[in-house]
This record gives sequence, C-alpha cells and structure tokens, in this order.
Amino acid sequence: MTLLEFKDLRVTYTGSRGRLPALRGVDLTVEAGRTLGIAGESGCGKSTLAMAVLRLLPKTAEVSGEILLDGEDLLAMGWGRLRAVRWTGASIVFQGAMHSLNAVHRIGRQVAEPILVHEKGTTPAQAAKRAEALLERVGLPASRMRSYPHELSGGQRQRVMIAMALACDPQLVIADEATTALDVMVQAQVLQLISGLVTERGVGLMMISHDLSVLSSVCDEAAVMYAGRVVERGPAHEVFANARHPYSAALGAAFPVIGDPAARKNPGGLAGDPPDPVRLPEGCSFRPRCAVAVERCGEDSPELLEVGPKRVSACFVAQEGMPVVL
Amino acid sequence: MTDGMPSGTTEPADGASTEAPSAGRSERRGSSGFGRYLLKHVGGAAVSLLLVLFSSFFIFRLIAGDPIDQLTKERPVTPEQREAMRAELGLDKPLWAQFVDYITGTLSGDLGSSFQFRRPIFDLIVERLPATLLLSGTGMVLAVLLGFWIGTRSGWRQGSRFDKGHVATGLLLYSAPTFWLGMIVILVFARYLGLFPVNGMRSPDTPPEFWPQAVDIGYHLVLPVLTYTAVVYAGYLMIMRSSLLDEIGSDYLTTARAKGLRDDEVRTKHAVPNALLPTVTLVFLALGGVVNGSIVTETVFSWPGLGSLFVQSIFYPDRPVLQALFVLFSSSTILAVLGAEILYWFIDPRIRRSG
Repeated sequence: MTLLEFKDLRVTYTGSRGRLPALRGVDLTVEAGRTLGIAGESGCGKSTLAMAVLRLLPKTAEVSGEILLDGEDLLAMGWGRLRAVRWTGASIVFQGAMHSLNAVHRIGRQVAEPILVHEKGTTPAQAAKRAEALLERVGLPASRMRSYPHELSGGQRQRVMIAMALACDPQLVIADEATTALDVMVQAQVLQLISGLVTERGVGLMMISHDLSVLSSVCDEAAVMYAGRVVERGPAHEVFANARHPYSAALGAAFPVIGDPAARKNPGGLAGDPPDPVRLPEGCSFRPRCAVAVERCGEDSPELLEVGPKRVSACFVAQEGMPVVL
Repeated sequence: MTDGMPSGTTEPADGASTEAPSAGRSERRGSSGFGRYLLKHVGGAAVSLLLVLFSSFFIFRLIAGDPIDQLTKERPVTPEQREAMRAELGLDKPLWAQFVDYITGTLSGDLGSSFQFRRPIFDLIVERLPATLLLSGTGMVLAVLLGFWIGTRSGWRQGSRFDKGHVATGLLLYSAPTFWLGMIVILVFARYLGLFPVNGMRSPDTPPEFWPQAVDIGYHLVLPVLTYTAVVYAGYLMIMRSSLLDEIGSDYLTTARAKGLRDDEVRTKHAVPNALLPTVTLVFLALGGVVNGSIVTETVFSWPGLGSLFVQSIFYPDRPVLQALFVLFSSSTILAVLGAEILYWFIDPRIRRSG
C-alpha cells in the first residue's frame, strides 16, 4: 500500500540572485512499512524534500505538485488539518540534534510535548510515562527525562530525537541526515535502532543521507538525487553495488571499501561542483561532470526510464544499456 | 553569555554502559559548582563595592571646592567662626583621618550629616526613597512589560506593519530627551487639557486618610510615570526584538512546528524562553536603576525622591549627600547585576557546565 507519494513536486526559492529551483519535478513513493533512502550531495534538494512533506519550508518557497500522505494531499490541507497531521501522520528525525532540541527544556518535556499536543485528554503524568517508555526503548535510562540537551552526547541526543519522532505513533518517519554528525560506531548503533524500530512498528521510513553505504545497509529502496531531480531509483543494495547512473556510481565510489587496497589508494572523488541552480546547464544537468557523456546529453534532458527490473535511471547512456563507469 | 559552552569538554561516549556514571558526574558537578559560581560572583561584587566606596570619597573632593566657602556664601563670617564650622563638620582633620571616619561611618550605617539640611543623611534617604521607588518602580515594570510584549511580537513578525510602526514609535520616544518630553507632557496633559497636576507628589488639601492620599499620589504619579516609561520602554522593545530575531530560523523552532504546535505556541513556549535569557541581565540592571533611574524625570516633575535630592545637592554642593547617594546608586546596580548572575544559574542550564 502506498503511504507517501510525491507527484511532480517542484519547489522554487526566490533569492537575491533570482529564482532558484530546489526541486524540479520529483516523483517518488514510499510503501507502508518499507524504507526509502534518498542520497545526494549537499544542495541536491534532499532536505527540501524532507521539509516539504510537513510544509516546513520558508514562506517564500513556491511549492507545486502533490504530496499524498495516505491518499490525502498535504499541500492542499488547511492549517488546522495540517497541524493535526504533523507528527501523527509523519514525523521527522532532524539532522544536527543539538540544535533541533530546545536547549532550555528538559528532555522529558520535549518528548512528551507532541503527545500532549495531539492527544487531548492525556494528563501530563500519562504523557511523561509514555515518554519514559520511549526513552527506554531507544536505550536511554528514565533518569534522562530530567536532563537538558547539553548534558547528553551527540548519540544520546539523536536517540532522544528518535524517541520523540515515535511519540505519536506516526505512519511515516523521515530521517534527515539523522546519523551524519555521529562517529562511525555510534552511527551504526543508531542505524540499527532506527531499522529495528521500523520493522517492529511497521512504519514507513524515508531516510535521507549523502552516504550511500548507510542507505544500502538500512533501506529497501534507494533514490539518488542530483540538482533537484531523482536521477536513479532501485533496490538499495543494487543502486549501491551496480549503479545505473554515472552520478550514483561516483557517489558510491567516494566511500572507500574497507580492506580493498585499490579503493583506499584511489578514493573515487568527483571532479567539479554541483551545478549552480540559478543557471543549470542545457540538457542533462550532470553532463559537465560526467565521464561517459555522449552528444545527446548536451541537447535533451533525460527522463527517468526503466533500465532493468525495478530500476529506473535518467541517463541516456544507461538507457542504451551501456556501462556508466569508464 | 548565552552560549557558554565549554569547547574543550569531552562528550561522554554514547552507549548504555557509560550513561549511568556520566549522569552521576553531572549531578555532583551541579551541587559543588553552584558554591564556586556564587563565591566567584559575590567576590567580584564585593570588590566592586569597595572600589565604589573608596572612589566616592575622592571624586567629590576633586569636583567641589572648599565646602566652608559654600556654606558661608554671602554672609560675613570671622576666621574663628570658619574654623569652628570646619571642626564641627570634621573637616579640620587630615585627609586620611577623614577617609577613615568616612569608611568606618559608612560601613556602620552612619552616612554623616547633610550640609544643606543639617540632618543625618540616612534620614533624608529613608524619607525620599519611597517616592523614588514608587515612580521608577512603576515606570520600570510598565516599560519592561510593554517592551517585552511588543518586542516579542515585533521580532516574530519582522517587517510587518506592526513591527515597523512600533520600532519607529519606540525609537522616536527613546531618542527624545527626557526633560523635553517631560515638558511636552506637562504642557499637553496638565496645562492645556488640565487632566493631571503639573508637579509634586500630593496636594496640600487632601484628607490625611489612607485612601484619599493613595488616590492623590496615584493621580500625581500618572504624568511622571508616563514620561519615564515612554523614554525607556523602547530599550526593552529593541533588546527583546533582536533577541527573538536571533532565535527565528533556529532548528528547534522547526522541530516545534513539525510537532504540530500552533504558531503562537511555538513563539511563547519555545522561542520566548530562549530569547529571554540574554534579557535577564537587562531586567536586573533595570532593577538596580530603579533607585537612581529617574533623576531627570524627578527634577522635571519636582518629584520629592532621591533623584531630585541628588540634583539639589549638586547645586548646593552638598558633598556628604552626593557621596552617600553615589555609593547607594552604584551599589544598587552592583547588587542587581549580582542578582542577575545568580538567576542565570537557575534559568540557563548551560551555565552550570561552564561555571
């Protein structure tokens, strides 16, 4: 069953340099109880995508298209309905949990807050009890209820964010770079925790990261974004192991494989910078950085087309069935 | 102040095994930390108070001439009478002995006698303090409430008509000289409209019972308080506004919105408590200023408080009164700042870490 569906989602910011398209027609779906990973480098629009779901984008952002959560268009909702859907329909584990928690409120109050907001008639004591249970579920002792965010380590804060995201039993959890600021060991623990909770509660998960290896270890499906568009989509481990878009291939190669001396000596970087969204190149926006570009890439913009079982790619070369890596 | 995070503190490693000891450690640090924090700031305040006490003695000896000349102005006196006066006022002793008298006197609560009133200064202060506290206390509370109320709404809707209108009005009043604004207020409300008395604190013909007196004083209080509040509230408005602007766009506000809170709940429950931290010092400084904050207003409205006593004493010049008021005004500010530091410990949990 489809839980979340983006239909031709477009987001444009207006800045001092003019109109800045952050998302240029994104179509994606998240099935109930499944996990979708979104990968891409900074500025590709993946955080905009996360924020768009609960309509948390700045007022100046122009949004068009549809975001269907359980069949209901979030973009067409009134404010009252939207507030009711926030955190109960979908919740977010924000990146950088230090600043995403309120520094002057105790942890317990922050975890219990959405319960009190959404479930009228819940007493503060009941909400606190549930917050305690949530904290224990993410591996934090109940004594942490009385701590302030600064008294916790980065990993603990991220656990608090996860506990908070689960407070109202949402159908969908969005994890926006939830493990990026953590060191590798803690990252692994938090990832395990997230995927464990997702299976346990049967919620849908949309996980955003620039780290393909993180996504492939947690997600069923992965989508790679570049310059405001999805350029490849498919089963996560396949997108990671056998990319069908040169950008996904470069993103995968940027993380050296442990124990592979070739990868260690030659971590595959990607030359050049992401394109300036105000002046996108003609044709395929990845062409200036692409090693396998052909003549047609400079003329037409490739659509997402099927390139294999359950795999789609927006690359002319891949669509011809040619290898995307030199 | 607000981000007093120690940069070098090592975070406890994540994981269940290390969590219990780290919790215990922070509790222990909390209790012993407060003693050290308190000692540090009380010590600082004590040093400042001593410096004020010392400098007050010398400053007014530098600016005023021979007090005997002032006291005997335009009256024929013999040199013997002058010497007798000098001895009576204790001015015949060497400077160091006068200094010792002053310090021991002040510390034991004996502030000496006023030249102009020939009365103990302590009595003068006790007599006039209530009037000052009433005027500046009322004005300060109104200014802080008004400034914070408008400031949070202005900052929350930066650039709105509400914001622009209030910032412009507030700054206009803020930059108006108090004596000028006071005179305009007197002209308009007392002279032309005849709504309120021109000056003073009570009318001579009011019955001596409590309620008629209270009403009469309140009636006299309106214009000075209006003037005082109008001049200072913009300061609180601007501080609160900019403090709130610093919070807007913070990630924790996005979290609060994402949780489904209403916009006004996001403002009052999340943004304002964070924005209040930097303004606490300001409010406490204001409390210190309640004692000395209305010198000009008191003078313009002939309000019988400490401010007008200070101005009278400058003109006389009444050196012992000036000395005593200087110490009083300064120490009220120092103690208010100390109060702010102590309050900080309780409202900003981050300070407990840095000490």
